[in-house]
Amino acid sequence: MGYDAKLKVWRGDNGSGALQDFTVEANEGEVVLDLIHRLQATQAPDLAVRWNCKAGKCGSCSAEVNGRPRLLCMTRMSVFDEDETITVTPMRTFPVIRDLVTDVSYNYTKAREIPSFTPPKDLEPGDYRMQQVDVERSQEFRKCIECFLCQNTCHVVRDHEENKTAFAGPRFLMRIAELEMHPLDVADRSDEAQTEHGLGFCNITKCCTDVCPEGIHITDNALIPMKERVADRRYDPIVWLGNKLFRRGEN
Amino acid sequence: MTEVERHSYDVVVIGAGGAGLRAVIEARQRGLSVAVVCKSLFGKAHTVMAEGGCAASMGNANSNDNWQVHFRDTMRGGKFLNNWRMAELHAREAPDRVWELESYGALFDRTKDGRISQRNFGGHTYPRLAHVGDRTGLELIRTMQQKIVSLQQEDYKQYGDYEARVKVFAECTITELLKDGGRIAGAFGYWRESGRFVLFETPAVVVATGGIGKSFKVTSNSWEYTGDGHALALRAGASLINMEFVQFHPTGMVWPPSVKGILVTEGVRGDGGVLKNSQGERFMFRYIPDVFKGQYADSEDEADRWYDDADNNRRTPDLLPRDEVARAINAEVKEGRGSPHGGVFLDIASRLPTEEIKRRLPSMYHQFKELADVDITKEPMEVGPTCHYVMGGIEVDPDTASSSVPGLFAAGECSGGMHGSNRLGGNSLSDLLVFGRRAGLGAASYVESLAERPVVADADITAAAKLAVAPFDPPADGVDAENPYTLHTELQQSMNDLVGIIRKADEIAKALDKLGEIRKRIRGVTVEGHRQYNPGWHLALDLRNMLVVSECVAQAALRRTESRGGHTRDDHPQMDSQWRNTLLVCTSPGGDPLAPDVAVDAKPQDPMRQDLLELFELSELEKYYTEDELADHPERTA
Ligand SMILES: Cc1cc2nc3c(=O)[nH]c(=O)nc-3n(C[C@H](O)[C@H](O)[C@H](O)COP(=O)(O)OP(=O)(O)OC[C@H]3O[C@@H](n4cnc5c(N)ncnc54)[C@H](O)[C@@H]3O)c2cc1C
Ligand code: SF4
Ligand code: SF4
Ligand code: FES
Repeated sequence: MGYDAKLKVWRGDNGSGALQDFTVEANEGEVVLDLIHRLQATQAPDLAVRWNCKAGKCGSCSAEVNGRPRLLCMTRMSVFDEDETITVTPMRTFPVIRDLVTDVSYNYTKAREIPSFTPPKDLEPGDYRMQQVDVERSQEFRKCIECFLCQNTCHVVRDHEENKTAFAGPRFLMRIAELEMHPLDVADRSDEAQTEHGLGFCNITKCCTDVCPEGIHITDNALIPMKERVADRRYDPIVWLGNKLFRRGEN
Repeated sequence: MTEVERHSYDVVVIGAGGAGLRAVIEARQRGLSVAVVCKSLFGKAHTVMAEGGCAASMGNANSNDNWQVHFRDTMRGGKFLNNWRMAELHAREAPDRVWELESYGALFDRTKDGRISQRNFGGHTYPRLAHVGDRTGLELIRTMQQKIVSLQQEDYKQYGDYEARVKVFAECTITELLKDGGRIAGAFGYWRESGRFVLFETPAVVVATGGIGKSFKVTSNSWEYTGDGHALALRAGASLINMEFVQFHPTGMVWPPSVKGILVTEGVRGDGGVLKNSQGERFMFRYIPDVFKGQYADSEDEADRWYDDADNNRRTPDLLPRDEVARAINAEVKEGRGSPHGGVFLDIASRLPTEEIKRRLPSMYHQFKELADVDITKEPMEVGPTCHYVMGGIEVDPDTASSSVPGLFAAGECSGGMHGSNRLGGNSLSDLLVFGRRAGLGAASYVESLAERPVVADADITAAAKLAVAPFDPPADGVDAENPYTLHTELQQSMNDLVGIIRKADEIAKALDKLGEIRKRIRGVTVEGHRQYNPGWHLALDLRNMLVVSECVAQAALRRTESRGGHTRDDHPQMDSQWRNTLLVCTSPGGDPLAPDVAVDAKPQDPMRQDLLELFELSELEKYYTEDELADHPERTA
């Protein structure tokens, strides 16, 4: 049942680092995170890794396994050959803090820039009425466990540090879509998605969707519909004019 | 002097789970400056893992539901040991707290008429749990996280700084509460990332640190659940109650070994799943205890009809309170009718169509598929008990959430009393909202009432720092060096084996001996490396808390010579009315600051207010109360 697995784990900090070789026992049913934990307990007590739920629910244990962005707790050892060397590295898009732990503060900064849910003014708590079909679209996006694997994968920022200020990333463009599709939200974030949050950078390659452990259709269900809304708005002079007038009227 | 980063706030909330976040929102809305400190990243607290739902008697699914029914269910679930005032406030306020979340942006599953849908759960008379599929905790935490962001955006507009009044200190661990005279003056901790020390000067601390499950080997809890808040409060002079009551959830995964203990939501049974033994028998019908006789279906036919017609049939015993189901599974396995990997079967595959299972229980489907190669739409799951929740915790005033230490408040799983000897599923998320808010209010009122701010003494900061870095020093002469991982494993093993789901006096005594031994060895714990993101060091510090909390559990368990809720004594199998009104209170008389001593004393609980007592029929109360206690009941005096 058990066998000796060969692992290369990136160790270091934001100054320098390198892959380090380990041989560690692997047992039936185990995931990569189990092996990392075994390394901590037996060979490398100060090996840094984030985790919480060990069941794919909290989005803490994001890293790259053989170069592919994944949750360490949901990556079964059985998907690899027993003689294969498994390489575990931190997410590449974010600065390393130590070993497998990266500085994901970019994401929290972006989260704060998206205008929040805005309920109708006169609607009292307890009086909210929404149909299941209408909430389902936003519910899909609210499955997001904020593992930031999509943010890590998107080529707009993966090797382009310079784009980070202007681009919210798939997770937070999807947050805009979620609020825009909320049946009771009264704010309008469509223009801002383009002008402030970098929707235009996205060229719908779907790499974000491919790595999402929650199977959310980020590109098809959030990003493309948002792009369509923006396009309608921007190229339709009537809508555009109407918007302007409406805005002015509000002030 | 030790180098420390200093911050000053009106209120410091330790914990960013449901209880902590709700407290932050309330204190900030009262206009105070608030820091929230948590060990993980923001949004990753344990609450995120909650699956089934949040109990609130909104009456959307069955209009007969109301707070009184919820109150009665909660008291029954806790076998009448609950703090009745907490149970009352909880039942009365839960609906408002859930509705409020919608105004923050939460999207619960809906009924046909567009209201919040509610699902069945163990011990709840009516469908009562607001939910989002089986990821309700995620919805709760994300909603409150986003509400906090919206408050920060308001502050940004006003002050040009998002963090003007609410700041999140993520991946920061509090190791000590500091006092000035008898009052709270601050909290001391370290940044996990850099290992550097940080001091919060504050007159009010809300402890919302969650549970203690990591003291047990098989658990649904994450690494964060090391009982920090319990231990911090105890060391600061507060008392803990009900520590002998630990909830073993009946359905954890049992296979493969690496996922043993991970939770299978009660929602599976709420939505129609049934428990079976290796002979295919739905064994729960044989385990309806006397106190619940008459309230549960006694045939499979009736049980199956109940899902569609709850008004004319009684519910299935698969949905008895958790302590009952966990003991039943334990007994089936012991008597040789278990599943291949030492659990029993939980079958939803033969009860619901494939699509319906995937729609209602998507993360369970995913979890079994990915982690166990089991397709729950085709085959039964294998499940067994797992340490899940601690009913015991910091003793608080129900209305203000204040502990006995001025300035120290507690809410959520780390507080005690609300759930008595056993918590009903879904009653935790609602507890977080109700008492998180009350703790925020309580702390705000306390701060506003102060004439002057307490001051942190430099000597206390130095002492706290010294205690925190001790594991980097070689052990004192004559003490052997110890690996924190090894000690942790030994502690978990003995708590699991000797103070677990079924307990006996001699085994608990053995566990206490073992804890005594660990108490000696813990002084030798040494760690390698430096202070920057060092999990070995973090564990070395958490281990101290686990040790103290485990002693509370074991000592109280030895004292209580009866079986009730989450405390089952093989040598005292009966529930004893003489014990119903007795609270076991843990305090610390002092001792080594590394792992202070624990003392347990008994004290009576306040008798239930008459109007609440009268919500129950005498015949039911007679199962729990002594004759003397019921002398004034109207059915008696009439
Ligand atoms: C798998 C699972 C499923 C569940 N499902 C349900 C359900 O369906 N319904 C229900 O009602 N209940 C459920 N529960 C129980 C419920 O989720 C928990 O009891 C509840 O979430 C606890 O919330 P809390 O706010 O008290 O603490 P938590 O959410 O655990 O938060 C604790 C916080 O304290 C912080 N902390 C701890 N120690 C320190 C320290 N020393 N310094 C700084 N910060 C610290 C942590 O980092 C964390 O942020 C479930 C539990 C589990 C494990
Ligand atoms: S689809 Fe857009 S957001 Fe997603 S990875 Fe491609 S460019 Fe990035
Ligand atoms: S959208 Fe998917 S990949 Fe992106 S953060 Fe959320 S869960 Fe992770
Ligand atoms: S540990 Fe929670 S997602 Fe991996």
